[in-house]
Amino acid sequence: MIEVIEPGMYATIQDFGRLGYLKKGLTRGGPIDENAFLWGNYLLKNEAGAAQIEIVLGGSKFKFTSAAAVAVCGADVTLKLDNEDRSIWETFQVEAGQVLTIGPARSGLRAYLAVAGGIQVKPQWGSCATVKREQLGGHRGDGSALQKGDTLAIEASNCELTQRIPWRYRPDYSKPPVLGLIPGFQYDQFAMAEREKLSFHEYKISQQSDRMGIRLEGPAIEYAGKGLVSEGINIGSVQVPPNGQPIIMMNDRQTLGGYPKLGNISPLDLSRLAQCRPGQTVQFTRVEVAQVQQQLTKYYDFFGITPACQTDH
Amino acid sequence: MKPSIVNAGADAVIVYFSDEISLAANQRVLQLDAALADSDLAILETVPAYSSLMVYYDITRHSDTDVRGAVKAIIESLPALDERDAAQGQTHVIPVYYDETVGPDLARIAELHGCSAEEVIERHCRDSYRVYALGFAPGFAYMGEVAEDLQAPRLDSPRTRIPAGSVAIAERQTAIYPLASPGGWNIIGRTTFPLYEPQKGILNQLNSGDTVRFKAISKDEFIAAGGSVEAFE
Repeated sequence: MIEVIEPGMYATIQDFGRLGYLKKGLTRGGPIDENAFLWGNYLLKNEAGAAQIEIVLGGSKFKFTSAAAVAVCGADVTLKLDNEDRSIWETFQVEAGQVLTIGPARSGLRAYLAVAGGIQVKPQWGSCATVKREQLGGHRGDGSALQKGDTLAIEASNCELTQRIPWRYRPDYSKPPVLGLIPGFQYDQFAMAEREKLSFHEYKISQQSDRMGIRLEGPAIEYAGKGLVSEGINIGSVQVPPNGQPIIMMNDRQTLGGYPKLGNISPLDLSRLAQCRPGQTVQFTRVEVAQVQQQLTKYYDFFGITPACQTDH
Repeated sequence: MKPSIVNAGADAVIVYFSDEISLAANQRVLQLDAALADSDLAILETVPAYSSLMVYYDITRHSDTDVRGAVKAIIESLPALDERDAAQGQTHVIPVYYDETVGPDLARIAELHGCSAEEVIERHCRDSYRVYALGFAPGFAYMGEVAEDLQAPRLDSPRTRIPAGSVAIAERQTAIYPLASPGGWNIIGRTTFPLYEPQKGILNQLNSGDTVRFKAISKDEFIAAGGSVEAFE
C-alpha cells in the first residue's frame, strides 16, 4: 500500500482515460502529459494505461507499506527516498516502510509517480481517471484529489535492474514549445489575417489554466463568422472565445461547446504544453494531418498502445 | 446545405449537415451514426450533436484521406429521411415537481407570456421534446423545441448554484441539470429522474433521438420518490 502523508498542491489518480462515453457527456480525463505518463509505465513494463499519480508542482510525500519498483517521470522534481537522493526518469526500489518525498519542480508542472503493476483503483465506466468537474474517478470515485491519510492499493514488486530513459528522449520543459496546429473545424471561416496571428506571434500561458483547458494571452483573434451550434470538441482543440484569447482544450474538456475553433494541436505536442507554467510562452506552426498521423502511429507502436474503444457502442 | 467533412484533429473528422438547429439535420446525424456503426470502418467513438457528428477513428487502420472518402461514400448512400427516422428512439416520461420553491423562474416566464404559472406548467407538459444531443456535462440532454408561448431568454446573470435535477428552459431548449452547477437557464421545477450518479454507476438513459414528455407531480409524490426541496441560495 501507499499512504499519502502529504499530497502537495494537487495530486490525482490518472489512467489512460475514459473512452467511449463522449456521446453521454463523459469526458476522457487521463494524464495531460501523456508522454511522461507513458514513459513511467514503459520503464516498469506496466500496461501502457496503468494508473499513476499525477502531481502538480511537487511537494508530496508518500509512505510505502510494501516493497515496490517505482519511477517518477515528467516535471524536474527532486526525489528523496528517506534521506537518499533518487533520480527522475528511471526506476528504483522502495522498501516497505520507506518514505518517498517529491520536492518542488525546478521546471515543468506535472510529475507522474508510477508503480510496478499500477495503482489499484476501482474503475468507473472503464477508467479510474479523476475528473473533478464530473465528480468522477480517483480512489474515492468522486473526482476528489488525494488527501492526507489516503491509502492506495499496489502490488508488492521488486526492481531488479534500473531502467532509465536515454537523455535524448528527456524533454527540456524550460524551453518554449512549438505547437503543431492541424487546421480544422472553423479554420476556413476565420479571416486569413486572423488565423495567421497564431503563426506570427508568441502567446503566453495564462494563470487561469487547468486540466480542462490551457488559456493563452496574446494578440486577440477575431472571428467574424456565423455563430455556432454546439458541436464536439477534441483534446487539443484551439477554441477562440469572444475575447479572442485562444484556449487549448485538454483532457477534462467539456464534450460539446459552441465557440469557434481554429483546429487542433498535434497530440504529440500537447504533452509539452501540459508542462508549461503560467507566464511561459508558446509558438505555433502549421502541420499536416498526414504527417502527424504517421508520427503518432510510430509512437503508439513504440509504447504498445492499441487505439480502442472500451465500450461496444 | 450540402454535408461537409472537416478535420477535427489527428484522430477525428466532423461532419456538418447544417449550421443551424434543425430536426432534419439532427435526424441525418443519427442516420449517419448508425450507418458508420454498421460499416467496416474502425470507428472508436462518435459525438452526435445538433447538426454535426464528430467521428473518432483508429489512425493505425485509416488515414485522414481514407476516412473522408469512406464517410463521404456512406453519406451519399444514406436513404432519404422518412417517418421511421422521426419515430426512432425511446419515449421517456419525466416526473417534475413544478413549484416556486424549486422553480424560481416560473413567475418570470408567466409574466413574459402574460399567463399564470399553472399555464406555464401546462405548456411544458403539453408538448413532447426531442433529445437533440447529450453533452457539455455528463448526462446533460439538450431537448427541443420549446414552443414560442413558453420560450424565455437566459438570465442576465447566471446563478452560482443550481441544484441537481433542476428542470430548465433557455430560448427554444429545455434541459435538466444532472449535477449541482452554476447556470443561466430559467428554472421551473425539479425531478428525481436519474441522470448522473457516478457513485451508483447511473448515467443518463436518454439517448440522442429519444422523445421526452414531462409530467407534473405533487410535492408529496416528489418527496416520496426521494426528491429534495432544497431551496435556492
